[in-house]
Amino acid sequence: MIDTVVLFFVLGLAARLAKSELKLPAPLYEALSIYLLLAIGLKGGAELARQDVLSVLPQVGAVLLLGTLTTLIAYTLLRVTKIGHADAASIAGHYGSVSVVTFAVAANTLTNAGVAYESILPLFLVVMEVPGIVTGILLARLTGAREGAVPVRWSPLLHEVFLGKGLVLLVGGLLIGWAAGAEGLAPMKPFFGDLFKGALCLFLLEMGLVAAGQLSGPGGHLRRAGVALFSFAILMPLAGATLGTAFGLMMELSVGGTMMVATLAASASYIAAPAAMRIAIPEASPGLSITCALAITFPFNLLAGIPIYLEMARLAHSMAG
Amino acid sequence: MDMHALKLVVMVCEAALEKPLCADVKRLGARGYTVVDARGAGRSGERGAHWDEDRSIRMEVVCDGTTAESIMAHVQHTYFQHYAMTVYVIDIGVLRRDKFLPG
Repeated sequence: MIDTVVLFFVLGLAARLAKSELKLPAPLYEALSIYLLLAIGLKGGAELARQDVLSVLPQVGAVLLLGTLTTLIAYTLLRVTKIGHADAASIAGHYGSVSVVTFAVAANTLTNAGVAYESILPLFLVVMEVPGIVTGILLARLTGAREGAVPVRWSPLLHEVFLGKGLVLLVGGLLIGWAAGAEGLAPMKPFFGDLFKGALCLFLLEMGLVAAGQLSGPGGHLRRAGVALFSFAILMPLAGATLGTAFGLMMELSVGGTMMVATLAASASYIAAPAAMRIAIPEASPGLSITCALAITFPFNLLAGIPIYLEMARLAHSMAG
Repeated sequence: MDMHALKLVVMVCEAALEKPLCADVKRLGARGYTVVDARGAGRSGERGAHWDEDRSIRMEVVCDGTTAESIMAHVQHTYFQHYAMTVYVIDIGVLRRDKFLPG
């Protein structure tokens, strides 16, 4: 059964494909994204306050490794399909990083299915934003150096990665939630808790419009992407999810936790990564990465991937006993 | 009225270049600049400003001829190859020349 929040995404897709005039004002999109990032951070922080933070360090190390591995796998797959060095590194960076909205929808699916997951997951979301972007840039520089690519100026780039809107709001929310605890956040619950799903629906409506805009119309890049990239954008999330499921088992997470790590490994960033990659790897075409991450992988994960990853986690756990 | 001849450098480009360009033009001698959000279409396709990475800006810099030349040479060398960008220069008249010249 398809999740109700996903239907709003489908509405957005359908409206844009049918050339409807529907358009959400840009400031509303901005406000919604700030709200969602803060709400996810706060909720995770409040949960974190209940446990010993130092005990999760090995798991944080594991997800850093997972983010790096998915980037390397993506890069290898892309090179096999004869995509150029710079484009392969840039796209791989997007796939090594994660999508916050996919995370939110997966969490919602688990809640609806009555499956619990570890409270530490939002911290993993924050941690996994970074390694993909950094690995992608390093890949481009290491392989591109002999082709006379522009050298990277790391200081503005690290500023962009670590002080970008996404990480500041997620980490800030985590810290506030952690300091305040569940009791301190109780007065905010009507705003940051109860309204969350509604806000997610509106955001997904906008994402549907944007994703379909990438697919169709004169700005659409789908034709340029071709069969190879299209297949990559479907196969890569499945490969990432399989690796993520293995990591979930290794980290001794529950079924829900394993599914969330698989979803993180399957998702591709289309907010933090594009901004960093455009500056770091200017020779890569931004259209290709955005088309793969936003127009193909994101809808795939929402409509088919998330239910598959839940079954994958269940199967893996039953096989592992 | 005391009218002085100066140059207006106009750059229409991807929003990703806003921060580096602001630093560049000041370093190259401009006293200030104006940036506005833009949308449009060109050789690099339609830029409808539907998405962060799809947004464009228009930057205007009032400066003397020498500064205008160094700004244009710099952006041509640094950005033309990999970024969607349109640059042109217009002769303009201003009232307060000192306001726009490096002090």
